[in-house]
Amino acid sequence: MYRYDQYDQEMVEARVAEFRDQARRRLEGKLTEDQFKPLRLMNGLYLQLHAYMLRVAIPYGTLNARQMEMLADIADKYDRGYGHFTTRQNIQYNWIKLEDCADALADLATVEMHAIQTSGNCIRNISADHFAGAAADEVVDPRPYAELLRQWSSFHPEFTYLPRKFKIAVIASAKDRAAMRLHDIGIRIVKRNGEVGAEVYAGGGMGRTPMIAPLIRDFVPIDQLITYAEAALRVYNRYGRRDNKYKARIKILVHELGAAEYIRQVEEEFAHMLTVGVEPPREELARIAEYFAPPAFVDGPKTVDRSDPDFALWVDRNTHRHKHDAYVSAVISLKPAGGIPGDATSEQMRLVAKLAREYSFDELRVMHTQNLLLPHVRIADLHALWTALDEAGLGSPNMDTIEDIIACPGLDYCALANARSIPLAQRISERFAESGRTGELGELKLKISGCINACGHHHAGHIGILGVDKKGTENYQLSLGGSEAEDVSLAKITGPGFDEDGVIAAVEKVTDVYLTQRSDGERFLDTYRRIGMEPFKEALYG
Amino acid sequence: MKILTGNDLRTGAVTWWNGSGWSPFVDDAVDVAEDAEEILAREEAARRVNVPYAIEASIDAEGHVRPAHIKDRVRALGPTVRRDLAVPTADKTGWDWVI
Repeated sequence: MYRYDQYDQEMVEARVAEFRDQARRRLEGKLTEDQFKPLRLMNGLYLQLHAYMLRVAIPYGTLNARQMEMLADIADKYDRGYGHFTTRQNIQYNWIKLEDCADALADLATVEMHAIQTSGNCIRNISADHFAGAAADEVVDPRPYAELLRQWSSFHPEFTYLPRKFKIAVIASAKDRAAMRLHDIGIRIVKRNGEVGAEVYAGGGMGRTPMIAPLIRDFVPIDQLITYAEAALRVYNRYGRRDNKYKARIKILVHELGAAEYIRQVEEEFAHMLTVGVEPPREELARIAEYFAPPAFVDGPKTVDRSDPDFALWVDRNTHRHKHDAYVSAVISLKPAGGIPGDATSEQMRLVAKLAREYSFDELRVMHTQNLLLPHVRIADLHALWTALDEAGLGSPNMDTIEDIIACPGLDYCALANARSIPLAQRISERFAESGRTGELGELKLKISGCINACGHHHAGHIGILGVDKKGTENYQLSLGGSEAEDVSLAKITGPGFDEDGVIAAVEKVTDVYLTQRSDGERFLDTYRRIGMEPFKEALYG
Repeated sequence: MKILTGNDLRTGAVTWWNGSGWSPFVDDAVDVAEDAEEILAREEAARRVNVPYAIEASIDAEGHVRPAHIKDRVRALGPTVRRDLAVPTADKTGWDWVI
């Protein structure tokens, strides 16, 4: 994986020193909150309901064991012994003190990590396919390009004050495991006639106005990728609406201009930028790519002993096909039945770090589904890995099932939320685990947001739940038919909302309709698309 | 009644105006009535608490202070899903009043 060069390290350390001084002045009363807020947000420090919250960037979700151990140390030293892995492949600490924050950032810098650009109207942490570098179906490893984009976007002077925040995802396979078309810019690395390039989408997003990004260029030669991204951002930066925060995302610009006109303007800017020469030299991409060279895989068994049914189930559900046939990628579920999605204790983080060293070439990933992943595990080691995970409460066999729920922090932590998300996730996962219906339901992605900002991706849930405030009480809107995968679609609201008990009962009714109506081999989403909303509405409101 | 709340500058912890200073316990909150703006201005200037603000609240039958809005009720005790991390409180009525 990528290692900082002297420039990266110096920039991060300089930022820590700068923030330490800013925090000191705030604590001494020399800065008002209005003056300090934009400075702390540039360093990922929010103020939430109960405390400050620090969001730490994990570029394209990749980290090593030493970094994970530092995340555990920070949880113990500066927080309350746990962290929350997010849908942007980051980690959040919910109880950081302002007086400790610079020390926490300094500790992070010692392992080449930071919290820069995890907030504010700038280009945020670049996300990527969590199986990058391991997936059997990828064209190339997308991470060198994600890293190039990270370097380009870090401290980019022109894009520090964009009209609104800006999120980029990079994938390199036909399967979309990064919600690529629900990003401000989505990039799919492709090969055409042997040449590597990028298929670029722009203007997607969730939030209060969900939109699917249209294709804006089907092939950008890879040695023009940064120039093209610069052009796309420049048009947005110039014409994106700054007068209305709710209309300031690029999706609104692309929608209002029309994709064709946005593309025309980007192409014009692109042609101009090609003459300016902003593209990094090819040697830089080659230098970065060297860090992502595949580890030294060795041959070994290609099957497991399936005599233990619990282990066999975990293998079936939580492992993913690897490009080397003696290996798989292994998903570490942070979704125990009744647990808080995405939360991990410091002990669990240290265990995962240890297992990454033992079984995955010192590498691990954070998935946007709020789980962790060991990308390169020998099939021969799977039983030992599973045993260790299971003992630590990390062996739930539930990837992509109804128990693998994405949930934002909701009203339990978040100052923006209108309703709680986590208790719903806990009750639903518990209920389906107890009933034993999880397996019968197959792939069923349930996503919960506690407000319209959609951090829980409810628009993209096969079943989505949105928490709203109804005259001072929590109320939940149910929606069906969303997908953030390559068959991307936006979920549609079923009808009037429900209270907490009501929405849990509604989810059960919806799954009953699916089980009654499905044809052989159909996922929930397939059945919904075939039969439409009406049978579900009838069951819910009829 | 009208009470004042905010987050402590140094720690970010939720805090309630008790008439002479700031307390972590919602039950210590006092009715500031017409004095809210004056106290807020003074406390803003003192910069001990982040963006203090006034909220509506009531006193229940047993004398406990109950913020009117669900968000402030959650703030009063802590995350409902991590009661082990809750604000220590003398309130023996449990969490039923929060949601």
